[in-house]
Amino acid sequence: MNLKHLAIGVVCSLGSIPVVGLLLQQLAEAAPNDIFFGWDFYIEVVVTGLLQGVMYALVALGFVLIFKASAIFNFAQGAMVLFAALAMVGFIEMGLHWTLAFLLAAVVMIIVAILIERVVLRPMVNQEPIILFMATIGIFFVLDGLGQTIWGSNVKALDIGISQTPWFVLQGEFFPGGLRLIPTEVVAAVVGALTVTLLAVLFQYTKVGRALRAVADDHQAALSVGIPLKFIWAIVWSVAGIVGLVAGVMWGTSLGVQFSLSLIALKALPVLILGGFTSIPGAIVGGLIVGVGEQVGEVFIGPLFGGAIQDWFAYMLAMIFLLFRPQGLFGERIIERV
Amino acid sequence: MAQAAVQVDPQGDALLSVQNIEVIYDHVILVLKGVSLSVPERGVVALLGANGAGKTTTLKAISNLLRAERGEVTKGSIHFGGKRIDRQTPHELVQQGVIQVMEGRHCFEHLTVEENLLTGAYTRRDGHKAVMQDLEMVYRYFPRLKERRGSQAGYTSGGEQQMCAIGRALMSRPRMILLDEPSMGLAPQLVASIFETMKRLNEDEGVTFLLAEQNTTVALKYASYGYILESGRVVMDGAADVLSANEDVKEFYLGLSGSGRKSYRDVKHYKRRKRWLA
Repeated sequence: MNLKHLAIGVVCSLGSIPVVGLLLQQLAEAAPNDIFFGWDFYIEVVVTGLLQGVMYALVALGFVLIFKASAIFNFAQGAMVLFAALAMVGFIEMGLHWTLAFLLAAVVMIIVAILIERVVLRPMVNQEPIILFMATIGIFFVLDGLGQTIWGSNVKALDIGISQTPWFVLQGEFFPGGLRLIPTEVVAAVVGALTVTLLAVLFQYTKVGRALRAVADDHQAALSVGIPLKFIWAIVWSVAGIVGLVAGVMWGTSLGVQFSLSLIALKALPVLILGGFTSIPGAIVGGLIVGVGEQVGEVFIGPLFGGAIQDWFAYMLAMIFLLFRPQGLFGERIIERV
Repeated sequence: MAQAAVQVDPQGDALLSVQNIEVIYDHVILVLKGVSLSVPERGVVALLGANGAGKTTTLKAISNLLRAERGEVTKGSIHFGGKRIDRQTPHELVQQGVIQVMEGRHCFEHLTVEENLLTGAYTRRDGHKAVMQDLEMVYRYFPRLKERRGSQAGYTSGGEQQMCAIGRALMSRPRMILLDEPSMGLAPQLVASIFETMKRLNEDEGVTFLLAEQNTTVALKYASYGYILESGRVVMDGAADVLSANEDVKEFYLGLSGSGRKSYRDVKHYKRRKRWLA
C-alpha cells in the first residue's frame, strides 16, 4: 500500500517536470530579458533540486516517524540532527575512522532516545498533545546546549571521504559541458533512498512495524493487546535519532557541523505539510517537491521578483496545500465513522 | 475486621478473584469503593449497572489499563490463577492470559482487519505457524472477518469492528477475556450474534468471560452469575436466574414492572449493604 503510493507519487512528480519546463519556456519567451531557459540547463537545475530534496526528506522522515507512533510533533528533531552530527564529529576528532564514529554516534542516539522516553515521555503519558509538544521544545534546548557544551560551538568540518569537486557526467550532445552533480548530494540521495526502503519494509512487513503502526493508531488499544508502549517509543525515538544522524552527516558534510544545522528542521515543515505528517512516502515526495520547487523557482521565476525567493517559496507552497489538502499528499485520511 | 475482609473468597478457587479494591483517579477521585468479585474457570460472569457505576473501571483495574489513565488501585488485591496480579503491566497480563476488549471497540483504524488480528498475537512466542492456525480459528468463528480481511478496519461496520476487537483478543490465546460493553451501538440482531459467539467460545475453546454490560436483559441471558454495581460498590450479586427474578432488578435494570410505578419511598437503598465487610 505504502509502496504503491510512493510509486504513484514519484511518477506524478516526474511527469510534472516536462510540463513545468514547457510553461517556463513560454515564460522565458515572454520575458526574454530576465530569464534564460534551455532544456539542458533546466534539467540540471531539476536534478540539483531533486538531490537537495532528498536531504530535506531525510530530516522530515525523523518527524514523521515520531508523529506516526506517538502523535507528538517533535520540535527537537533538528536538535537531534545537530547532536548526532556533533557526536560523530567528536568521535572522529578522537581519532576514530568515520564508520566507527558513525556506529558510536548511532549508539549515542539510542541512549538519548531511551533517556527521552524515561525522563520526558513516561511521566507525561496521556497528557494533551500540546503539553508533549512543549516538552519537545524543552528537549530541543537541552540537546542543543548539551551538544555545544560537550563538543564546542565552532563550525566543524565533517569529512567522510566524499570529494567536494563536482562531477560532470553524460557529457555529449545534449549536455555540452556535462551534467553537473555534487558528489555529497548524490551520496545523500542514494543513502536516503536506502533508508526509506528499509523503513518502509520495517513498517509494512515486520511484527514490530505492525506494532508501531498500531500504537500510532490507538495507543490505548495497543496497550490492551499487550504491546509495551515504552519499548515501542524507545524504538521509534531511536530510529528517528539514527535517521537524524544520517541527515546530520549528509548536511554536515556539505554545510559543516554547526548550530544552524538544528534550524534545517524548519525547512522540514513545508515538506511535512506537503507530504502529510503521517506518511513516509509523503516525506520523500514532499522533500522532492520542495527541493525542485525551490531550485526551479529561484532560477527561473526568482528574477521576476528580484531573486531570493528560495527562502520563502517552500512555505508559500505549503500554505497553498493547507488550503486545499490539509492532510497533505499522502497523509492518512481522517476516518470518521460512527 | 479489615483483616478478615482480605481473606474472603466466596467461590473458593476461582480463576479470577478481586478483593475489596479501591480505585482512585488522579490521586483525588475515588471511583471504586471496595469492589469484590470472583469468576470461576470457564465461567461467564456479568458486571451490571448504570452509566458511571464503575464497570469499566473494574475491568481496567484487572487488566491494569488504569495506570495509563492516571488511575491506580489503592486498596485490596486481585488474584488470577492463584497469583497476585495487581502490580503487573498489561503486557505481562496478556502473556498470562488476561486480555481486555475495550468499550467502543478500539480497532486500529488504518490497519487492515487481518493486521488488526495479528497485533493481538504480539506477546506470543510460540511461532508463526501456531499464530496462523489461530488466525484460521478466528475466521471460523467470525467468517465475516475473513471476507473483510484486506479492508482497513476504520471502514468496516460497527458489528465487524466488534468482531475484529474480540478476534484480536482471541489471537493472544487468552484464558480470560474482559469484555466491555460489546452491545454498544449495535443492532439487536448483531448483539445476539456476538453473544452467541461468546457462548460458543466459552463452551468450545474454554475461554472465561467477565462481561460489563448495560444491556441487562441480554447479559443475564448469557451469563451464569451477575454482580450489580452502583456508584463504585457491589450492591447485589447472585446467579443469573435469581437476579432476573428479583423484583428490584426487574424494576430498575430490566425495565419490567409487575405492580405499576412505585413511589421512591418504597425503593430499597442498596448502597448501605457493605458486603465487602462480610
